Parts: sequence; structure tokens; C-alpha cells
Amino acid sequence: MISLFFAQIQGLDPLEGSEVLVAQNVFFALIALVMVLAALKMVTTENIVHAALYLVIVLAGAAGMFILLGAEFIAVTQILVYIGAIIVLFLFGIMLTKGSFGAEEGEFRERSQMAVLVAVLIVTVTSGAFIDSFRNTELSREMPSTTAEIGDMIFSQFIIPFEAISVLLLAALIGSVVIARRDQ
Amino acid sequence: MTVFNLAIELAYWQQTVIRSVLALVAVLLPAGTLVYLYLFKMMSFMQSRLGPMEAGPYGSLQLLAEVGKFLQKEDLFPRAADRVVFKAAPFVVLASTFLLVLVLPAGPDAWFINIDTGVFLALAVSSISVIGILMAGWGSASKYSLIGGLRAAGQLVAYELPLVLAVMGVVIQAGTLNVQEIVLAQANGEIFGWGGIGNPFIITQFLGFIIFLVAIQAELTQPPFDMPVAESEIVTGYLTEYTGMRFLLFFIGEFATAGIFSALAATFFLGGWYFPGLDPTDNLFNLLGPVVLIGKMLLVSFLIFWFRFTYPRFREDQLQQLAWKVLVPLSLLNIVVTGVLKVMF
Repeated sequence: MISLFFAQIQGLDPLEGSEVLVAQNVFFALIALVMVLAALKMVTTENIVHAALYLVIVLAGAAGMFILLGAEFIAVTQILVYIGAIIVLFLFGIMLTKGSFGAEEGEFRERSQMAVLVAVLIVTVTSGAFIDSFRNTELSREMPSTTAEIGDMIFSQFIIPFEAISVLLLAALIGSVVIARRDQ
Repeated sequence: MTVFNLAIELAYWQQTVIRSVLALVAVLLPAGTLVYLYLFKMMSFMQSRLGPMEAGPYGSLQLLAEVGKFLQKEDLFPRAADRVVFKAAPFVVLASTFLLVLVLPAGPDAWFINIDTGVFLALAVSSISVIGILMAGWGSASKYSLIGGLRAAGQLVAYELPLVLAVMGVVIQAGTLNVQEIVLAQANGEIFGWGGIGNPFIITQFLGFIIFLVAIQAELTQPPFDMPVAESEIVTGYLTEYTGMRFLLFFIGEFATAGIFSALAATFFLGGWYFPGLDPTDNLFNLLGPVVLIGKMLLVSFLIFWFRFTYPRFREDQLQQLAWKVLVPLSLLNIVVTGVLKVMF
């Protein structure tokens, strides 16, 4: 049974050759399992704060996945931006506005069919796009992407998208200030 | 590549086990030292009293007595508390502390993890503790806890920005995010051609050092930035409902983080484990480095506790204004000036 399990997860390895990345595959399976369970709990729980905390587990799992792929910079960014900033903002907003303790009523159930439809659509489109783009791409095992390389790439090859995103974020920043201060 | 450069080669897993055990020591040792040396003894001295004197010589075993007291207490829950969130909160805060210590190097080979994103990782994991504090505030199901948790989250988010921006000056000057290489850049640096003491970044980044100190004072919610636990307004904020072991975990987390942030300040601005006059690649530093780093950490944390015992508490709006209107613009200015000078020289 256990050998079958290992054969299964070893089968996930897309790399050709005699060497098999057993440890990576075992941890991929573990993290994926935790992520799927936490994601299911997140959408089914009645309590909105619990949902936000389950989301923390899912996002931490995603960071773990990036570490398994050798992309430590993206993993750290994932922690800094999503867990450190966005979830904190979620929790802050929930606690500041709702202020209630304990379980909520199932007020999110009404629009569940639409939500399922949108979720299925997103999964289909994104996974289709990913499989289409990266079907035959192999990850280099010798040289995981380094932080210095990413920095050089951003400021040479991808300078225009980078600046465009900067301007977009600045516009969003100014827009949020304008909306927040409209009464004055 | 062993931790203390023994004459034997250790396997990867053996190194990892040693590094993990030492990480535990590196969290608990500074916490105990800071509590005894500064919280018990220095504060007493500044307030013209003796402090603990009964347990052991000069009260040196007082810490064990305190831990024993906390362990004996009953594990209480408020009736309306969300038990799982309430129980998990101190561990989330402590997890942030344990992840934070990993980026600290204490010698050429005496590191926990040596990665290119070191500084970035330190700043990322230090923000995890905010979630733990919000969990504690909400999970306690008490007004004071919730207000304290919200205050703490607002404060930590506000002061994280100057903290990050102050370190950016160091990163620009060293040209790397790797903490180990930042230490080496300071050890191998020269001040106008004179390399006698290396080039500790406190000289060129003095403004950054001051901003970093103020920001970590606020991140640690130490007085004068202790609005989240202001006892005259909200009892003890998010800690109100915590007793015994769980309170002790928060307490250890706070002082361990104080030690680690001080050690980070010493690493970024005071040259880390490097001691002037010696070769930074010398194997001696695997033994001497930790001692030097602890010495520098005690120096920086002395400043933190000195401010703590000296200044009265800020008001909430003053606290936010200091972060957004003073520290953030100053640190942005520091980055611009550092960047221009880096390109010029």
C-alpha cells in the first residue's frame, strides 16, 4: 500500500532520468493535501474570521510550493504580501466593522451557485493556460532562480511592465486616498 | 562547513539537527538574558531599588522561579472565547520569532540558513506575529482584548514600513540581500582607504540606524509605544484574558523578539559577528562570532530598554503621526541619498 503510494507520487515527477526527487514529491503531496483541506474548510466554514485564518494556511502552503520549486524570492514575497499584508488587512477590516464574536449566520450561502460557477471557470481557464504554456518546460535543477537574477531581469528585460505596474499601483494608492477623504 | 568547524565532516541532516537545536538556544538565551539583566536589574537600578535578590545570588535564579510560577497556574478560558483561535494565538507569535532567528549569521559557517533573500525573509516573517496578535485579540471575546489587538495591528503595520525602508539603505550600500554578505561587506569595507575597523554601516547609515531603532521599539510594543497594552485604558490589551503558560509564551515571544531585533540591528549597522582587526574568513570566528554578536546585541538592547524605562507613553494619534509623517519620509530620503551616493562613488 505504502509502496503503491510512493510509486504514485513518484509518477508525478516530470523529469526524465535515473534520479527521482522523492523528498520533493513527498512534501508536494503533504502540502497539497493540507492546502486542499484548508481551502475546503475556508469556503465551507460559517465563521468569517476562521475563513481568513484558513486562507493563511492555504497561502503559506503556496509559499511552501514555491520553495519546493527553488523560487525562494517568490515564496518570501508570498509571505510578505499575502500573509503579512493582505490577510492582516482582511482581519483588521473584519474585526473593525463586524466586531461580533462567535459563529456568523450563513449569510454567504445565497450566492453560492454563482460562486461555484465562477470558481470552476477560473480553475478551467488558468489551468488550461498554464498547461498550454508550460507543458514541455523542464525546471533546471542545478540553477534555481536567484534573487540577483530576478532583480537584473526586472530592471532590464521587463522594465516597461514593471514601470506600468508601478504607475497602476500609484494610481490605486491616490484613488484610495481620494475615496477615503471624500467627505472633507 | 560544520557549525564549529570540527575536524569531522557532518552529513546534511546532522548539520540541520545541530542548527535547529542551536536556533532554539538562540531564541531562549537572549530572552532570559534581557529579562534578568535589563527588566529586573537595570530597571531596578534606574528606579533606586534592588530588584529581585532572594532567589540565588543577586536574584539570578528569579527567572526559574517566575517560570515555575507561570507553569503552576490554571489554564483559564473566557466562556465566550473561540477556543482554537485563543489557544493557537501564542504559538503563531512564537513561530514568527523562531522563523526570524533563522536569518541571523553568527560566524562564517555558524549560520542557520544562508540564503540570498535573507533580509527580505526577516521582514516577511516578522509580520506573521501581527496575525497571532489579532487572533489573540479576537479569540478572547473581550472588548479590551479586541481594542488592544486592533491597536497592536495598526501600530505594527504602520512601523513595519519605516523598518523595511531603513534597512533598504544598508541593502543598497552592501549591494546584497544576503545577511552573511552584508556582514562581510562591513568587515571588508574601508573608511576613506583605512580598513582598521572595517566599515560598519552605522557611520554612513546613521539616520537609518536611528529609524530602525525607533521602528523596532514600536514593533516590540515596548514603552513609549505600548498603546496596545496600555493598562490605564484597556487593562493589558490583547493579553488581558491570558494566564499561566499561554501568557508566558507571549512574554517569551516579546523578549526573544527584542533580542533578535537587536541582533539584527547589530548585524545590519554594527558589523554583526565581525570583530575589528581579525580576518573575517578565520575559523576562529565560528566560536568568537556568537560571543561578539551577543555583545553587540546587548549594546543595542540596552538602548531599547533605556528608552523603555525613560519615556512616558505616546498617545495613539501621535504614534501614528510619528510613523507616517516623520519616519517614512525620512527613510525615503535616506534611500534616495544612499542611492545617489552609491552611484556616484
